[in-house]
Amino acid sequence: MTSMSTATLSGPRKPKLGWNLLGLLVFLTAGFPVYWMLNTAFKPAKDAIDPDPSLLPTGFTLANFRRALNIADFWGPVGRSLIVSLTVVVIGIVVGMLAALAISRFAFRGRKIVIVGILAVQMVPLVAMIIPVFLLLNDLGQYDRLTGLIITYLTFILPFTVWTLRGFIVNIPKELEEAAMVDGCSRTTAFLRVVFPLLAPGLVATSVYGFIQAWNEYLYALMLMSQKNQTATVWLGNFTTKHGTEYAPMMAGSTMMAVPIVVLFLLVQRKMAAGLTAGAVKG
Amino acid sequence: MSAADTTTPAKLPPATRHTPPSPPPGPDAPPGRRTSKATAAIPWALLAPCLLILALVLGYPLVRLVTLSFQKFGQSQLWGFQPAESVGFDNFGKVLGDSEFWDVVVRTIVFAVGSVVLTMVGGMLIALLLQRVSGWMKTLINIVLVAGWGMPIIVATTVFKWLFDSDYGIVNALLSRLPGVDLIGHNWFASGPQGLAVIMLLVVWGAVPFVVITLGAGLTQVPKELEEAARLDGAGAWGVFRYVTLPILKPIIVMLTTLSVIWDMGVFPQVFVMRNGHPEAEFQLLTTYSYDRAFAVNDYAQGSAIALLTVVLLLGVVAVYMRQMLKIGDVE
Repeated sequence: MTSMSTATLSGPRKPKLGWNLLGLLVFLTAGFPVYWMLNTAFKPAKDAIDPDPSLLPTGFTLANFRRALNIADFWGPVGRSLIVSLTVVVIGIVVGMLAALAISRFAFRGRKIVIVGILAVQMVPLVAMIIPVFLLLNDLGQYDRLTGLIITYLTFILPFTVWTLRGFIVNIPKELEEAAMVDGCSRTTAFLRVVFPLLAPGLVATSVYGFIQAWNEYLYALMLMSQKNQTATVWLGNFTTKHGTEYAPMMAGSTMMAVPIVVLFLLVQRKMAAGLTAGAVKG
Repeated sequence: MSAADTTTPAKLPPATRHTPPSPPPGPDAPPGRRTSKATAAIPWALLAPCLLILALVLGYPLVRLVTLSFQKFGQSQLWGFQPAESVGFDNFGKVLGDSEFWDVVVRTIVFAVGSVVLTMVGGMLIALLLQRVSGWMKTLINIVLVAGWGMPIIVATTVFKWLFDSDYGIVNALLSRLPGVDLIGHNWFASGPQGLAVIMLLVVWGAVPFVVITLGAGLTQVPKELEEAARLDGAGAWGVFRYVTLPILKPIIVMLTTLSVIWDMGVFPQVFVMRNGHPEAEFQLLTTYSYDRAFAVNDYAQGSAIALLTVVLLLGVVAVYMRQMLKIGDVE
């Protein structure tokens, strides 16, 4: 195409200073909440309640973190969150992968209905389900139990894994499997030897993202677990009592909650951006 | 680039897709083409565990949500002292006849529309800006965007609560440094509209990164030749955007908008945590209102009716989203 040459010949653009200044503004605004969380977490508690606070760090202390760890049991909730999130992800990935294979590699009657169903189910707001879920767990004697929470989390993790893995599988050319089968592999061996290795990164990304979602869930955790069995997200509520809020330790607690998750998120975000558009689930 | 890989075909109709678009549904097993009974059973066997779990954890509660909203179900039914009896449309009658419900509906819609518009416009502007800044600036902005995106909602809410604290919040302190502004000690949550505006800001802050990154992936796919051609034909920056960029991005925009509507109508923890678990009347959105009816007033049936009405309200948006997804997800 001749127009290509026009595009390449258009040469250096206008000076970028104006755009960069605008970009700097976006950077500062978007990043400020995160910066202020870290800033407050590491500053001496008395500076946190300065009515005219300095925008720059005013010192460095870990006292807020010590206070955050002491205010209420921290490792118990973290342990419970880990158990719940890991179990949900393992079940979700195994069951979800089988289902994703079915809808992406087989043509069968009713396939479209299954797909529409799985998509539609993700659109039901979690909050709308809380009442019947609460009553169901109550009837099953699973209220305030980790198993109950795990079952409940499958409502959003499972459709998410099916749909996201479907996206990853669809992008693996069918021809690869077919070639392996022509060479004498059975369907199962063809899958294990050819598809599975290619799917592995997608499986990891989906697992990590599913883990993050389960870990971050708040409403069900709050509703379905008692105070003594609370999970990590609900733990953050311990900083507000009727005597007020301990903000500096609360920001330390927030930092402890956010940093590992944000790091995990950064690792898989690129891979998931595609899956997310398709998977369409956040919180 | 992975973001672009799977999303682009959606935006570029002529792009070749790995599979031809939607052949009619029917038995068409790819390899072999032998549709014996056994082969036909395989997909269902693979699906079985998933469908079984979903039926239990999702299907059953969904059905229960519907039946509940046609019953009388309060404390005594919860503890089994009284059986839940059917009351027909009574719950809906009560809910729909309550002027407070309509206030909540209007508030929810205003809140959702405001959040979605700000998210989409802001996201689009930032995505366009990212194309124009230097590489290092782009990296910096991307890092903060992804960090904000990855923040657990509950942490973000907690942080915003601190930012907008009346006595020691940095926002009041900074705004008060402007000449003629005195917000020292200002309580943003004393009034519903102001408090909800802060919550909207929180929602938008959390939602913009996803929009920027998805639109950004889309923008890289807009053919430079088309833009160049439009420019040669005398189109200004706005013209190029309006007649070249926007039409190409349309499927993605439709999808992001519908998704945002669904998410923003479902906002719960943000309001709940900001108001310390007891949102005042003027902070109630449909989600918190339904929750409140069920767990504070202990009228589970009315709570369910409200939740069901919320879902019905969303159905139209969901339908648009699903059509778009099925179109671009090449679910043949």
